Amino acid sequence: MTLAPQEPLLDAILPPAASLSRVCRRGTELTIVDRDGGANVSALMYRAEDPLERYCMPDTLKAQHVSRLTAGVALYSDMGRVLASIVEDTCGWHDTIGGHCTPEIVAERWGARSYQEAGNQWRRSAREAFLVELAKWGLGERDLVANVNFFSKVAVDEGGALGLVADHSPAGAHVKVRFELDTLLVLWNGPHPMRAAWHAQPVRLVLEACGAAGPEDPVRLSCEENERGFAATEAALR
Amino acid sequence: MSAATGLIARSESAARLLLDLPAGEGFAHELAAGEVLRIVDLHGNQAVDTLFFDAADYANRYSAVDTLREQGNVYLGLGSQLLALDGEPLVTIVADTCGRHDTLGGACSQESNVVRYGEHTRHMHACRNTFLAKALAWGRGLDKRDLSANVNFFMNVPLSPAGGLEFVDGVSAPGKYVELLADRATLVLISNCPQLNNPCNAFDPTPVRLIVWPA
Repeated sequence: MTLAPQEPLLDAILPPAASLSRVCRRGTELTIVDRDGGANVSALMYRAEDPLERYCMPDTLKAQHVSRLTAGVALYSDMGRVLASIVEDTCGWHDTIGGHCTPEIVAERWGARSYQEAGNQWRRSAREAFLVELAKWGLGERDLVANVNFFSKVAVDEGGALGLVADHSPAGAHVKVRFELDTLLVLWNGPHPMRAAWHAQPVRLVLEACGAAGPEDPVRLSCEENERGFAATEAALR
Repeated sequence: MSAATGLIARSESAARLLLDLPAGEGFAHELAAGEVLRIVDLHGNQAVDTLFFDAADYANRYSAVDTLREQGNVYLGLGSQLLALDGEPLVTIVADTCGRHDTLGGACSQESNVVRYGEHTRHMHACRNTFLAKALAWGRGLDKRDLSANVNFFMNVPLSPAGGLEFVDGVSAPGKYVELLADRATLVLISNCPQLNNPCNAFDPTPVRLIVWPA
């Protein structure tokens, strides 16, 4: 099968409180567009070939000496390889230490709604959605690890107090994630777990072919650690 | 009892378990509800990588991100409740003479050492190998999928408001300790960190003392 390079592999709307899981191939990039502003998209990642290898928040942060995710940051697996890279980012900070909405958070803060009473407006939590999506791939609770929250900024003060920054993502903001290995991606579109108000609106997902990271790739060259991480990633493909 | 550190005099003679765990060694042990585990940093600045599991359901394990979000702070210390995926505490820090512990730095591994420090560190000893060996020895189905979020007792990993993160010299010192009260039956898996490439162990990994008192 050949595809014209400009033809997206996926161009879809992810509705509020909805989830999806799919394999995104090495050499493709996903653009997530916060069409209306104020979105949060919680994400988990696993190596498709062997989901025992998964996104690892601590390894990602300590390899690059960061506590935020933005353009130029590689998203590491727990096996020293790069699953994906953030290659474009218009909002400057994506969270990976805040976790995701549990059924308890949804019920206590916004009120549980069932499908029976609310139809497609029911507020299924990220935790429930993640477990259902993971189960489609034979994965479960033991595979739940720290997730990414695209479009959310959780900053700390000098004493370590955590705060969610309000109105962080403006309407039209986007982030572009390039996959360096075939990756099982799980997404849930709904509020960050530190958000006071239920706020969820559609986000647009566009997946396109882009080719693998070249030798001069800015994410690869952003630090020595990433040069070694990309080398380890490529070594796994031989 | 000191309000600042939660100190209660406990006699070693009343303990049901006391052992010194050398650096590079692991430890797996189940605490009954109400039991207290003290971890003593005998020589100072020693990172103690620790996993926690609900003893009745290992899939329900310690969640660093839920713990930090619910306590509203990125550092663990006196009063921190270490939450499981179900949102309820596994253990609570009831005494702490060190003052601050990390849970975002993760555990060292051969693979992460290669990324962070280079190929020459590939065959150095690492916590995730210790965890795996201890998990397999413990049995009951524990394996790599269970190497999820850990605590690094006595380790100092400050975050900056601008979004940075560093591993720096510890805030610990010889004899500092932390005590954990089991809020329910909890499996504790420890790797006494052998890392030689950053200041987390002051470049000199040393033994820690583990003491368990009955409920």
